[in-house]
Parts: sequence; C-alpha cells; structure tokens
Amino acid sequence: MKILVCIKQVPSTTTVEIDEVTGVLKRDSAESKMNPYDLFALETAFRIREEKGGTVTVLTMGPPQAKIALQEAVNMGADEACLLTDRKFAGADVVATSYTLAQGIKKLGAFDLLICGKQTTDGDTAQVGAEVAEFLNWPHAANVSHVESVTDEYINVSVNMELVIQQQQITLPCLITVEKDIYTPRLPSYKRKLQTINQPVQVMTLKDLTDQDENHYGLNGSPTQVEKIFPPIHTTEKQVMTGTSAELTDQLFELLTAMKMI
Amino acid sequence: MKELVIHHELIDEAVTAKLQAICPFGAFTVENGHLSVNAACKMCGLCVKKGPAGAVTLVEKSSAPSIDKSLWRGITVFADTTEGRIHPVTFELLGKARELAAVIGHPVYALLIGSGNKATAQELLHYGADEVFVYDNTIQGTFLIEPFTAAAADFINKVKPCALLVGGTNAGRSLAPRIAARFKTGLTADCTSLEIKPNTDLVQIRPAFGGNIMAKIITANNRPQLCTVRYKIFSAPTKQAEASGKITRMEIDSDKLQSRVKVLQTTPKEQGIDLTAADVIVVAGRGIKNKKDLTLVKELAGLMHAQFAGTRPLIEAGWVDPRQQIGLSGRTVSPKLIITVGISGSVQFVAGMKGSATIIAINNDKNAGIFNVAHFAVIGDLYEIVPGLIQKIRSGRESAA
Repeated sequence: MKILVCIKQVPSTTTVEIDEVTGVLKRDSAESKMNPYDLFALETAFRIREEKGGTVTVLTMGPPQAKIALQEAVNMGADEACLLTDRKFAGADVVATSYTLAQGIKKLGAFDLLICGKQTTDGDTAQVGAEVAEFLNWPHAANVSHVESVTDEYINVSVNMELVIQQQQITLPCLITVEKDIYTPRLPSYKRKLQTINQPVQVMTLKDLTDQDENHYGLNGSPTQVEKIFPPIHTTEKQVMTGTSAELTDQLFELLTAMKMI
Repeated sequence: MKELVIHHELIDEAVTAKLQAICPFGAFTVENGHLSVNAACKMCGLCVKKGPAGAVTLVEKSSAPSIDKSLWRGITVFADTTEGRIHPVTFELLGKARELAAVIGHPVYALLIGSGNKATAQELLHYGADEVFVYDNTIQGTFLIEPFTAAAADFINKVKPCALLVGGTNAGRSLAPRIAARFKTGLTADCTSLEIKPNTDLVQIRPAFGGNIMAKIITANNRPQLCTVRYKIFSAPTKQAEASGKITRMEIDSDKLQSRVKVLQTTPKEQGIDLTAADVIVVAGRGIKNKKDLTLVKELAGLMHAQFAGTRPLIEAGWVDPRQQIGLSGRTVSPKLIITVGISGSVQFVAGMKGSATIIAINNDKNAGIFNVAHFAVIGDLYEIVPGLIQKIRSGRESAA
C-alpha cells in the first residue's frame, strides 16, 4: 500500500497584529512548526502501514524552510519526503494550492491512499483536501473519525456528519481527512533522526510538473483576491468594571441578579 | 498576470533591511549580495505599498481575458438536507441571499439535491427563494459526495448562478471545495460577513492569517462565486405565510451519479452536549492554569444552569471535550448570556460567540482582545472573582431557602 500524507508548516504563533499606524502586519516571531492536525494524519498512515505494509510519503508545498516539517515527519516514521517549492507558487489560494499539490502527486507516482489533517491552524479553511481529491478525480471523505479496515480495493471508515456517523466504504485510490484524536500521534524518534540524517528531501519546482503554465499557479492561478485586511470591528457600548476582587464579585453578582440569571 | 519585480538599481543595505522588516513572511533573502524573493512570498504587496518608493513593484505582464459577469445571475443557496430535514443554516443563508440579491436586482435560488420531496422544496419557498431547483430523479436522500457534486455542477452549467452560498456543515464543507475545484473558481470558507458590489462581486469577510485580522476577499474574474458560512452567523428570516416562487425539476443522466463511496450504515451520534441550543454558557480559556481548576468554572456553570464550554487551547490540551469547543473550528453560539473566564479573545473564538446577546468577560489583562466585544468587561483575577461569586450565589440561595 502506497500512502501519501500532505502536511503544512504553519507559524508557531497565531497572534498576528496590524500596526495601526503603518497598516503593516506584525509577526511576533518567525518560528514555524508542523500543523498540529497533520500529526493525526501521519499517525493514521503509520498504523495502516503497520497493518498492510507499504510506504508512507510526505508532501508539502511551501518555502524552502518547510523542509524542516518534512524532516520531522521522516523522524516520526515517513519513508520519503517531497517539497514543492517555487516562487511561482507564491500567493496561492485554496484552488491554486490544491492544483499544485495534485500536480505534484501525479508526478510522484501512483498512490492508493492520501491522508490529510482536518485543517491547518493558519488558514483554517479545511478545504484543500477535498479540492485535491477533485483535481485527482478521486472520491474523498472528510471528518473521518475512525478507520475500520483497509483492503487492497477499499477502505472502510466512520465519517462524522455532525448528527450522525456514516460507515462508508470507499474505493481506492481515495483521499481522507482525519479528525483530531483519531489516534494518539507518536513522537519523533531520536534514533530515527540519526538514521535518517542524510536522507535527502526530494524537491520539485514548476519545471518538474506536467502543467508548466505559470497562470495556473500562485497568485495568478488564484481566483480569490484579498482586497483588504483590517483589524476586527469592536463593540463600542461597554461597561468596564474595575476594583478589588471583592468589589468586582459584588458588581457581578448584582448584574447577574438584575439579569435574572441567578 | 502579476509579478513582483525588484529594481536592483535602487537596492542597498538600508533598503534591503527595510524590505525585510516590512515582509511579514520573511520572503526577502540575500544570496551572494543579490536580493531576491523566495517561495515564502504570499504576494500580499506590502513591500510595494509600504517599502521604499519604487524598490519593488508589481508588474502586470498580461491580463487574463475578463469574463462577462452579466451572464451569471442569481444568488443561490445550497439547501442542506442531510438526514431528511432542512438544516437551519439554509434559512439563514436564504435571508442573507435575499439582502444581497436586492442590491444587484438578482433572483434568489435554492438548490435542493437528494431528498427533494415537495414539502421540503415548498418550505424553501416560504423562506424567500424565488425558484427552487430540485434534483431527485435518481439520487437517494443520503449525502454522497460524487453524485451531489455532479448535480451541483449540472445546475451551475445550466443555470449559471452568480454566487452559491453553502452552509458550513460537514456536508457543505465537503461539497463546496469539490465544486470550486471543478470550476476552478474561488471559495471562501467560514465567512463572518457578506456584502455585494454593484458589479456582482461578492465581498467575503473572514478572519485571516490565523490571527487577529479580518480579510475582505473577492473573486473578481471567476464565476460562480462560492463561500461557506457557519450556522448561527446570520439570522434566519421569518417564515412567510405565502410562497410566491416556483419549483423546477432538473434532470441529470444517471451515469453522472455514480458513487465510489458506499454508505454501509448510518448511526445517530450520541447526543448530550449541544452548545448551540444553550441559553447561557460559561466558557473557560487559557487563563485557567490547571485542569483541576476547571471545576471552578464548571461549578459556576452548574449553579447558573448554564452549559460549560472551552476554547481551542483547552481542547488541544485535552482538558475539555471537543464537542464543548467554541470558536470557528468548534461551535458557533449565540446564547442570551455568555460569561468568558480567562479568555484573551482570539479572532476565531470571537467569531464563534460574538452573536451572543450579552457578553461578560473576566480577564486580568485590561488589554485583552475579548474586551473589545464584551458588553461588561470585568478586569480582575478569575481565581478570586469566580470562587467569590460561587459563594455569594450559594449563600444567597441558602438564606432564601
């Protein structure tokens, strides 16, 4: 079984602010980490490999620094890693990102199963998985909460549809996005780190893909445009309570009593 | 087609430093004394707007042919009918679609796939749809991604709607991206506000960059425009006694409705925690230092007959059940009263609760973002205020008893 996991490197901090004077984005630190939801996708892949045999490949699109996230996945147990990086990919929205990933996947070879995390912590859209499946013309299931069984032809999964759980049988090849907590992710292994220290990360650029039309990638391939960014609008009528803890407790008690809440 | 061009004749060390300071993504790198932009660039254009004049410019190389927007008419709402009943987010979206359609003089459509019995379609007319398009010839009621995508694609090809609004349910969030990829058009997830321009461009507003920033997103040269909106972000319109619209049956070849996904079994999920229906919610955040301290917040919730909830960091720490998460990646709630305890107020959290009628926030940091949306800002130590309040409520009840 050939399994592919798509991961993303995300900023460690989610506190981004706009400088009110200059309108410039302020980032507290440039530190990055692997998207936490991807750990569950990796763990799902490792468990299936343990049962069925085969390989786990990790793929990411991003700047050259994203190699670090791939290396971490290799230290956890991935067999191969590939980075899609090109300045021409910059400014990609969901469609352009998914298209680029799908192009990369087609080039990497025939996979049986593609696993993604539920969403990323920076984009928060939870859309890339389904769009990649569409570009590959594969079936997909999002919000997979449990993998029941895997055969050479099918994967049987439980899908969280909010009010109900669907038991689905999906024909391979297919894509699944897994819920947080599907399994407990393993930690990167120091021993593996030493073993894989010289393992190269495969790098693919636009020139390595089948479709090399620049108009299909990055900002040019992105139907959506960010027209403006601005700080959230704030409520103006508000009552501020200050004082000692005892005073605040009294004020709060009176407020809740007046609201008939206690 | 746009490209960033660095004008090297204007670049010196000072300019390089300035550009590197401006770029929030660290995309300016110097190799062998040569400044270049790497793949970390998000094409945000800040270096062009805020950088030293003329050092970096955005050059239009050749523009894509522009589409004729007047050919795309109608604000469409995908009717989410998973498990046989119309999900209430559908009505909320019909209300919003009506507002948007009025601005540009378009009709409001509803797209009903699957369990398209007459009563369901009729119900959509009562909530303001001018026309309900029904695909039910061969599709069963269960949500299956491939036939649903095929039916939606057939509808888009035949009717050419200007925009398609999809509820941010698990089904909607699976369907919308497949449609967007098939038509290579824009999709904006979890919009918190929608407006429309006279040229029919939908202005989609959502939190972005994973931080305290809102982004206005448009799909300027592709149709249809797609977005998803979570339940309880907009208000549902009142049901009209008279329905004036019509129901149109759509036909699609059954060979387009093949599914490589088979639903073997459907089981109801265990219920119990339903934050979205709660009138009062007490929610804990990162100001809680230990898991055991959560009992304080839970006790207050219990005394007030309120639902207890948590923010994403507490869910990720494993302290709180994921079903009790409030925020964009959890539940969106709009109770009569919400009390936030030790919550700084990230934009994702605020997006999930800002519809609450009354917001009381307890936090010891007077600059916490939550105070920007709170109606009552209690600036103090939760570890003193919450136990004090619990005691006062208890003793009040004892003396009354």
